[in-house]
Amino acid sequence: MPITRALREAAFAGLVAAGLAFPILTLGTELDQSNRLVLEQRWSWMAISAALVCVGRFLVLILASAPTHRVARAPLVSPALTRLLPSVSVMALFLFPLVMLFWLGPQGSLKWINNYGVQILIYVMLGWGLNIVVGLAGLLDLGYVAFYAVGAYTYALLSTQFGLSFWLCLPLAGLMAASWGAMLGFPVLRLRGDYLAIVTLAFGEIVSAVLTNWTDFSNGKAGIMSIPRVTFFGLPFTASENGFAATFGLEFQAIHRTIFLFYLILVLALITHVVTLRLRRLPVGRAWEALREDEIACRSLGINTVNTKLTAFALGAMFAGFAGSFFAVRQGFVNPDSFTFMESATILAIVVLGGMGSQLGVALAAVVMVGGTEVLRELTFLKEIFGSSFDPSLYRMLLFGLAMVVMMIWRPRGLISSREPSVFLAQKKNVSGALVQEGHG
Amino acid sequence: MTRRWLDAPLLTIEHLTMRFGGLTAVNDVSFTVGRGDITALIGPNGAGKTTLFNCITGFYKPLQGRLALAREGVAPVQDVDALTRSGSRHKDGLYLLERMPDFEITRDAHVARTFQNIRLFSGMTVLENLVVAQHNVLMRASGLSLLGLIGWPRFHAAEQRAIDKARFWLDKIGLTDRADDPAGALPYGAQRRLEIARAMCTDPVLLCLDEPAAGLNPRESAELNDLLLSIRAEQGTSILLIEHDMSVVMKISDHVVVLDYGRLIADGTPDEIRHDPRVIAAYLGVEDADEAAGVLA
Amino acid sequence: MENFLQQLINGVTLGSIYGLIAIGYTMVFGIIGMVNFAHGDVFMLSAFIALIVFLALTQLLGLTSLGLVFLIVLICAMALTALWNWAIERVAYRPLRGSFRLAPLISAIGMSIFLANFVQVVQGPRNKPVPPMFTDVIQVTSGGAFDVTLSYKQILIVSVTGILLLAFWFLVQKTALGRAQRACEQDRTMAALLGVDVDRTISLTFIIGAALAAVAGTLYMMYYGVVNFSDGFTPGVKAFTAAVLGGIGSLPGAVIGGLLIGLIETFWSAYFSSDYKDVAAFSILIVTLIFMPSGLLGRPEVEKV
Repeated sequence: MPITRALREAAFAGLVAAGLAFPILTLGTELDQSNRLVLEQRWSWMAISAALVCVGRFLVLILASAPTHRVARAPLVSPALTRLLPSVSVMALFLFPLVMLFWLGPQGSLKWINNYGVQILIYVMLGWGLNIVVGLAGLLDLGYVAFYAVGAYTYALLSTQFGLSFWLCLPLAGLMAASWGAMLGFPVLRLRGDYLAIVTLAFGEIVSAVLTNWTDFSNGKAGIMSIPRVTFFGLPFTASENGFAATFGLEFQAIHRTIFLFYLILVLALITHVVTLRLRRLPVGRAWEALREDEIACRSLGINTVNTKLTAFALGAMFAGFAGSFFAVRQGFVNPDSFTFMESATILAIVVLGGMGSQLGVALAAVVMVGGTEVLRELTFLKEIFGSSFDPSLYRMLLFGLAMVVMMIWRPRGLISSREPSVFLAQKKNVSGALVQEGHG
Repeated sequence: MTRRWLDAPLLTIEHLTMRFGGLTAVNDVSFTVGRGDITALIGPNGAGKTTLFNCITGFYKPLQGRLALAREGVAPVQDVDALTRSGSRHKDGLYLLERMPDFEITRDAHVARTFQNIRLFSGMTVLENLVVAQHNVLMRASGLSLLGLIGWPRFHAAEQRAIDKARFWLDKIGLTDRADDPAGALPYGAQRRLEIARAMCTDPVLLCLDEPAAGLNPRESAELNDLLLSIRAEQGTSILLIEHDMSVVMKISDHVVVLDYGRLIADGTPDEIRHDPRVIAAYLGVEDADEAAGVLA
Repeated sequence: MENFLQQLINGVTLGSIYGLIAIGYTMVFGIIGMVNFAHGDVFMLSAFIALIVFLALTQLLGLTSLGLVFLIVLICAMALTALWNWAIERVAYRPLRGSFRLAPLISAIGMSIFLANFVQVVQGPRNKPVPPMFTDVIQVTSGGAFDVTLSYKQILIVSVTGILLLAFWFLVQKTALGRAQRACEQDRTMAALLGVDVDRTISLTFIIGAALAAVAGTLYMMYYGVVNFSDGFTPGVKAFTAAVLGGIGSLPGAVIGGLLIGLIETFWSAYFSSDYKDVAAFSILIVTLIFMPSGLLGRPEVEKV
């Protein structure tokens, strides 16, 4: 692109940015002592944002016109790496807490194992669960977090009210979430595409509103506290004599529980993964993918599409239920704030950014999106640059939203868009993402 | 020439009517499809051929009419009437298609179909397309996939049989080399053949083809004729096809049914149809019967 | 009876606001088949713009005529919000046109998160109270259990909505832009072949949708007297619900759906419990869709086989 044209376009973009900056940036609203709104004038912000956009646009135009297109078309992760990556990363994940423990000690490693390890793995598991519904069966579910909530509250209520153990509640939570999935799915899975999306969104909102308002049942906004913590198959992670540390002759440390939680969620996520992989090679999994490709053709081949959708919906819900009860046992506390639409949107974003249907892609996207926002918490050094009133965590969600937009524009079909066939005759060849349909349900 | 559609009907269509809003797409149509016949359904554009297909395969629920299919032998009229009165969908190999949802028509009554605009699973491989078509057999063998999940040996055997069957059809349509390529990447003619093979993998007694020769070149069209004849000869599947290409219709069909404006206007052997003045007039919309006859010949 | 009448008035007022937002959803969906998730936050942004312009006019410029101030606020909010939505479409949705169906949806969700947090960062997280205006009321009935009142604000909201909807209806039905829009809705490729500038038409759709959302935002700010950065989500979802309830793609449907959701919510709060008003609105949506899968006025989809 000629420099003059780039300059002209950049100037235009700067002008638009100046227009956008007025008045939302240039006039700040502050409450004074008498609780009255007064305006604070900050016209310099307009100039700064216009200049930033202008320079940014110019650079984008200049860089985009450089001949880099061939590189962009190549797959993000090379096929050879794709084959190796799963086994290597599973091994790395099993070693991760121990390496961290030896490297940073029990105090220093806590943050890494908990905030990065456990947190990311929860989203990997949720992403894999939703991947069954959205990525394989092609059904758009905007209320997935409702099933996560069902799982969390199932454990929270059964353990605090009836004293049931986590190991009993875990399968119950999955079953409960699956039956809620089937109950919602039965009437609504006849709806097509966007209607299904809005109904699932409405369902998610209903669940969250009921949890907030039905105080007798869920203790409302305050949530359920002192949920029994996870035990090592009966041995509590406490300093007591019959605790985990004492039994195994270790010195009591809080990190033991965190490491156990890490392995627990890792195993749960891997179960989700293995079950999904196996199902893809079974008739029901092939029917899901066929459904995503062409529902009418499915019906012409004698496939009961309502039952097929229902199994996808219920199974996806079941994994969310497992993850939910894990969430409850990890936090020891649940309230409706953890189950907002934002969560559903984040999980869906992970699935779509990963590349629908690709297990590896979903895991990578979870690492990027969740890990990325966690990293933003760390940027306290920016305070030294922008002054002490600068709070980097404020910008966390702002950048999260922006990253979603940018990543979609960069790779609309996700990080890994090619599809691995479930069966082959002579040679396994991945199907290019351009041919894979996205489903209309 | 024997008239199998009268002596040995497979599907008996009676008084079939389908309406969309004010438009009557199919109006009181009755005819029979003979067992082992290749039946061609012809008529000008908008005559209601595809609508009739959609009624037979359950994608539309007809307003009126009875569609009785006997999987074996000839169903006595009193049996069909008894089933109609009983209110159930099927009994002893006799099916009332108008009462069944689309997927049951394929699964239980074994009527398979293809589509005018090809509907393959384009992001799945050619082999996967043929394996998906054997869904119901594999579902049974895998205990609704649950036993398959734990590696049930019977499922492996069933899956191997499914792959063998797919390979048989791949050989037959000449696509064995491309088994592991995505269906969406095949050339048009191959996609048409694959769609027919996929429908055959459901073990149909009646195969309904919606314009199978559309868009094919003369060589592909001739290959298609051979494929259809061999399906009839080897699998014993009866075929009902909608076709505009008269060379296909006249060459391979035993029985031709002509629709115009939703009504049945003629029904007979290709020879009879070729010389039927009503067909000539309606089909070509011209008064000059000689000119029309030239086209139909 | 008095209670019923009062709730009817309140419900229509709330419904007008939902209806105005719903049009933005339904138009965008009609033309590019995308659920514009950020629309609720565009509405919230417009309420902030209206608030700031209002404060600027009254505090910095010292205007006192409330009618004039309201008119200027409305026009400024419409113009500036339209510019925002135009820019959003250019940056976040246009590059994804014709790509994967879910990509624009995710992009819109990202944009929605961005907008809410942007406003939080630049304007602060606290509620922003607005001095009350148009406080006079008309007594509709008196002497009953209690007096039914109709406030000037409510009259203003319903009449502004009505006038703008008429103008908008004229725009879509009678002008070349409306024709181009409907042509793009039917078949974008064909419209382009016939010389309709599809990109421009889509941009204009976003501009009109934003302008109507800005009217809703201004009225919302004035009616409730307080705005917050998180105010986009719930009205947005409700308005989207309204659009689906009315039959997505249908403009009268969006207005009727908006009124229905407003009435359901108000009556539910009045007669049952305000805690469950959202549950009521969403449950009715689910039930409607199960029994009328294309909404109230949507064209029933004939499955093409």
